[in-house]
Amino acid sequence: MSATLEKGVRVLKEVIDAPIASYFNSCVHCGLCAEACLFYTETGDPKYTPIHKLEPLRRVYEQEYTLLGRLKKLAGLSKPVTDAELGEWQELVYNSCTLCGRCSVVCPVGNDIVYMVRKLREGMSASGNAPDGIKGAVNRTVTIGSPMGVKLPAVKAQMKHVEEDYGIPIPLDAEGAEYMVMLSSMEIINFPEYLGAIAKIMQQAGKTWTLCSTAFEATNAGMQIGNSDLARVIVSRIVDGAEKLKVKTVISPECGHAYTALRWEGANLIGRPFTFQVKHIIEVLGEFQEQGLLKTEGFETDKLTFHDPCQLARRGGVIQPQRNLMKMVAKNFVEMPDPGFINWCCGGGGGASAIEEGEELRIEAFKKKKSQLDAVKPDRLVTACANCRIVLEEGLEHYQMDIPVVGLTEMIAEHIPEKGA
Amino acid sequence: MNEMQFLTWVRGTGLNIAVGIFLLGVIWRLIEIYSLGRKKDLSAPRNVPGASGWHTVFRRSMPPKDMGMVKKSPVSYIGGYVFHIGLAVVVFLFAPHIKFIESVVGLSWPGLPSQFVDLVAVITIAAMVVVLADRINKPVKRYLSTFEDWFTWTVTFLPVLTGWMAVQHLLLPYTTMLALHILSVEILLVVLPFTKLFHAFTVWGSRYYNGAVNGHKGVAV
Repeated sequence: MSATLEKGVRVLKEVIDAPIASYFNSCVHCGLCAEACLFYTETGDPKYTPIHKLEPLRRVYEQEYTLLGRLKKLAGLSKPVTDAELGEWQELVYNSCTLCGRCSVVCPVGNDIVYMVRKLREGMSASGNAPDGIKGAVNRTVTIGSPMGVKLPAVKAQMKHVEEDYGIPIPLDAEGAEYMVMLSSMEIINFPEYLGAIAKIMQQAGKTWTLCSTAFEATNAGMQIGNSDLARVIVSRIVDGAEKLKVKTVISPECGHAYTALRWEGANLIGRPFTFQVKHIIEVLGEFQEQGLLKTEGFETDKLTFHDPCQLARRGGVIQPQRNLMKMVAKNFVEMPDPGFINWCCGGGGGASAIEEGEELRIEAFKKKKSQLDAVKPDRLVTACANCRIVLEEGLEHYQMDIPVVGLTEMIAEHIPEKGA
Repeated sequence: MNEMQFLTWVRGTGLNIAVGIFLLGVIWRLIEIYSLGRKKDLSAPRNVPGASGWHTVFRRSMPPKDMGMVKKSPVSYIGGYVFHIGLAVVVFLFAPHIKFIESVVGLSWPGLPSQFVDLVAVITIAAMVVVLADRINKPVKRYLSTFEDWFTWTVTFLPVLTGWMAVQHLLLPYTTMLALHILSVEILLVVLPFTKLFHAFTVWGSRYYNGAVNGHKGVAV
């Protein structure tokens, strides 16, 4: 056994807990989870059945934690997990799983399959079997500060642009502000409108807010690759920044997995509860709307539909606020088939969009989103995740569908009256 | 050994061994699984009505809402319900079974008319054959299936088949068929804790964990 494999198997042994043991013992091989997974439904290939993606983890469980499995192992009757097998499984654990969690919703015996995939990634990563695309993103986040290599000067340059364009000052390192706003690299590079939108929204709501010079990047490739040690390093920057600035709430940007990393995994990664709250920007906008702090004028009149980011809706519990916000500014908002809690993934979540060799499969899986959109035929598609947005744009372009994709926060901000107007 | 001696053995020694292995096996497996424990979730919970472990224990007995799953896999759902409910009726509501349980543990309850149970047995046998055919036919099920799937189907099917045949006086003399029926139940009892049939026990824990983990996030799964 190679040293890396040994490490991987040791990590797998460490992540196995009572839920995983219970899940493996409950599986009856009914295969219903396949019907919930877009990588199976769009390819028809049974190897993409979610529970099958966990086979190496299942065998480690059986061989290490069950009496019969241990006896079989002693007698040399069990098949050990090998380097080659884990290498082969990379495609199943990363390329063809976006951690969307639909499988966990349909399993009749109640298995939380995505919970197990997340844990299996810890062993895959430790044994050196994670895809290069995500490895690169993690390395850049740890060494440079962001998965796309964005550094503070780039953020400052964007702050300056936004201040000039909107005439609103962008606070940096303002101690005692109520909100600390996080960004994703994608927003810094591709969607600068986001920061301007935040400035307008906060100004109208009369709230104090700030960016943090030591923690502006919210995305956490460490979580996607399945390396809790690196995920902890990345999340600690945000915790340190928020505690140094004594903010009440940290706002996760329009990025699904950044929200999961910070809102649900963060405290567990650092081993203590946070001293501040974490909210997705859509939750904050929803609260402002309820409190009457968000006032918009005018309506979008073209036909709009909303793509629910998996990590925000099914995996994060934020489903209604985005709909209330859509209705606030859109006259013709229509739901896709399978909206909200049961929405289908864009195909690029959980780090999948960073895997170059997974592109062909991603495009194939996008047929599911295409069929949802074909049923509605919207003029534009609104979402609340910068990664979904990029993946959607790629898919739409591939299938030659002329549907622009917009971020909900920006769309809301466009309807905020200019100050003094 | 003649047929009476065979029946006496399965009713006595055989039954004691099988029940012993079953009980110790169940306890051992439950400890083996649930003593692994889990870490406390340190993130701040989002409390939403209907999102909890207990809700999911019950909710997951029905197909998920609005996902069209029954249409996508009708045999899994309809066949699955029919044979599970059928098994429960045949095992626990057939008068001779209740009498037998009473003789062992002293508990009894009203049964159903034997003609009705007979009909349920036939339906259960049919449903089990259909789900087996589905396992052979459906690419995903066939792909997932291992020796254990075929084996556990067989050890579940045999008690139903032999029980029904004994009642109908088919193929073999009643005494022999009854002894074979009891023997097949004993095999089932011995096998259950150590195969996927153990889902009969862990399904509740699994649903609870899934419901609790997601309920913490305010998601009612």
